[in-house]
This record gives sequence, structure tokens and C-alpha cells, in this order.
Amino acid sequence: MSKSNKDNEVKKAPEPVRGETTAALLRELVSHLRQNRTQLRQEWAKRITEAKLLTAMSQEEIFAEATAVYDNYVEALETGTFEALQGYARNLSERIIPRGVETHEVVGIVLLLRDVLARSLFAKYQHDFALLNRILDAYEPAANRIANTVAVGFVQERERTIRQQQEAIRELSTPVLQVRERLLILPIIGVIDPQRSRQLTEQLLRGIRTNRAKVVVIDITGVAAMDSNVANGLVQTVEASRLLGATVIVTGLSPEIAQTLVTIGVDLTKMNTVGDLQGGIEEAERLLGYKAVPVSALSESSLKS
Amino acid sequence: MEVPILKQGDFLIATFQAALTDEDLLQLQDALVARVGRFRSRGVIVDVTALDVMDSFAARTLRALAHMVRLRGAETVIVGIQPEVAFAMVQLGLSLEGVPTALDLEEGLAQLMKAAERKGATFRGR
Repeated sequence: MSKSNKDNEVKKAPEPVRGETTAALLRELVSHLRQNRTQLRQEWAKRITEAKLLTAMSQEEIFAEATAVYDNYVEALETGTFEALQGYARNLSERIIPRGVETHEVVGIVLLLRDVLARSLFAKYQHDFALLNRILDAYEPAANRIANTVAVGFVQERERTIRQQQEAIRELSTPVLQVRERLLILPIIGVIDPQRSRQLTEQLLRGIRTNRAKVVVIDITGVAAMDSNVANGLVQTVEASRLLGATVIVTGLSPEIAQTLVTIGVDLTKMNTVGDLQGGIEEAERLLGYKAVPVSALSESSLKS
Repeated sequence: MEVPILKQGDFLIATFQAALTDEDLLQLQDALVARVGRFRSRGVIVDVTALDVMDSFAARTLRALAHMVRLRGAETVIVGIQPEVAFAMVQLGLSLEGVPTALDLEEGLAQLMKAAERKGATFRGR
């Protein structure tokens, strides 16, 4: 109550007398909206369907949401506090974003409600133009703020969802796989930016710890290009792994990457490189003391002995 | 705070309990280098599992320690560097070059024993 009152008073500073009546006008407005709740709500739901908004939702769902939004809307008008509405907007966004509801739809329905209510005010006060004007003066700033709140809430929720998904994709994009006891492989595919390079290192170090790895094969066959930053990141990864007691073998450097690295003069002396992933795994097995032998040879020799 | 140095067969084990001051580090270095000679040890393990940060002085001292112990005829292995510490060290360029490292105490002992076996040693006290 006091909040919207204050807002309006600030806006109407030159005419303090009207500022005082704003609260009374809003009260009248709210009781009007309460009285005509059913009818206005239906009108709004109809307009939503006509405008082909919220097509992802069924008729009943739209009506149920419309009811909830309407009540929250009236409450926000009455109390002048937007926290409840904000919370509701976030909650609503959380539910409808996965169903593919777009920003323009959410903004559209809130603006529709604003229009529907304004129309009803026109209808009610058409006999007294001065009063209508004052009512609208009280209604419009509050209504605009509500529309703003809902739209911003929706967009924020959407951004949060996107961030979450980005995080998930990143996690998935750097799998640390155990192929044998104490042997990990880390295939890298795509572009490495500094952030990914950092995350990759962290994940690898964690993997070394949990799997007690002694040898790690980093395969960069899927990396198309490399600059000095990325190369230095890779060198750091190798050194950090060594501090945890693991040897790193880098495989799959393409001819282009090899050329760039030599040209830009990255110090790769500390890196253990092998041509391809197969060679890398063989080298790793040698370091771990394994030897791959064909089964036929094995059974023959075991038969002999 | 003084770091306890345990003797385990042919090896010495020093375990950091908490972050050390520079003097403590130097004191540890002197003590280890002296004891390698006194006990005729073949290897030294420095366990830094409890450290959540390693500054440049600590890294440099550990490196010096490893080189001194080598000159005294034994090997040093640093064990238990935490992933975050490793990451920070590399970013600061403190990569403990030339110093063997291992995941934990068990690994470190295995590594030292292998190194000693390569030299054709037989273990005493077992």
C-alpha cells in the first residue's frame, strides 16, 4: 500500500492533492476488479486464445493460470508490493519454459490483461471523463510496473535455465574415462577456450584423485585449432597432473597443430606425445606394465607350459 | 610447529600437519638432510596432504630439499598434493621440476621401492 502510494506521490509531486487520492482511487479500482473477477477473467482468457498466445498449453491450463495471474495482479495493485507477484512469475516461468513458451507470449498476455482491465474501466467510467482520467492515472503506472515485473521475472528465469544448460553441456563435453585400472583417457573435441581449459584441468585432476590414476592419455584428435593460450593451458594441465603423480600422454596432434605449436614456439619438451590414441594407450599400458597379447598366442603358450 | 619425521625401514616419512612458516620449512629441510645420512636412508617421503595452499617459498624449499637429498644418495617423493593446490601451483609456475611426485603415501612408498630395486638394493629390517 504505502509503496505504491509513495511511488505515485513522487511522480505527482507538483500536485500533492491528487497524490493523496491515488490510494483511494486504487482502492476503488481494486474493488471493481474484484467484483467483476469472473467476467474479466473469461474475457482475458478469450483474448489470449484469440491472439494465439500460449499455444503450448491447453484451454483449461490457460484458464487456471489466468485466474492465478489475475488474483496476483489485483493483489499487487492493492498492496503495491511486488514480491508475491515476482515469486509467482518466477514459479510460472519455471513451469512454462520447458514447454517452449516464448518471451513475446508472456509479455503479450500481461499486456492483454492490462488492456482488458483498461477497457473495463473505460466502460465503467465513460460518463465521467475527469474521473476516468484520474483512475487511469492511478492504474497505468502500477499496471506498467506489474507488466515489467512479470516480463523481467520470465527473462531472468530463462537466463538461469540457459546458464544451467550451458554448465551441463560443459560438464558433458569433457568426460574423464577410465579404460583400465589406473589409466584414464580424456578425449577433447571441439574448441577449447580458457574457461573450458580450466574446467578440463579441474575435472582431470579430480578424476586422477578418485580413480587413483597413474597414466592419463589426452586425445586431441578432435581439436581443430590451437593457439598459444590453449597450448599453455595444456602444458599446465600436464604439469598439474604430474604434481598428483600421474604421467600424461598427449595423442592425436594434427599436422596443422604441430606446425602452429612449433611456429609460435610453445615449450612442449615436458609433454609426452604419441601419434594416435591407439599408440597412446599402448604406451600407457607399457608404463603400467601391461602387455596386450592375442588370445591364440596366450592359449598356445599356456598349453605348452 | 615442528614436522615429525618417522623412520620406516629404509625410508623417512615427514607429514605436514598444517601450514608451515618459512623457518619451520628450513628446519625440516635441515633435519631431513641430516637424518638421511644418519639412518642411511634410501628415500624420503614428504606428505603434503594437509596443505591447502603452497607458496613459492615452500615449493622452492621442497625442490631444494629433493636435490640435496639426491646429493646425499637418496630419492625424495612429494605425495598428496591436492588437485586445487596443483592447479594453483602450475598457474603460479611452481611446478617442482625434477622432483618425483605421487598421489599418496602408498604410491610414494611403492615408487621409492621400485627405484631402490632398480639400483639392485635389498631391504633391511624386514
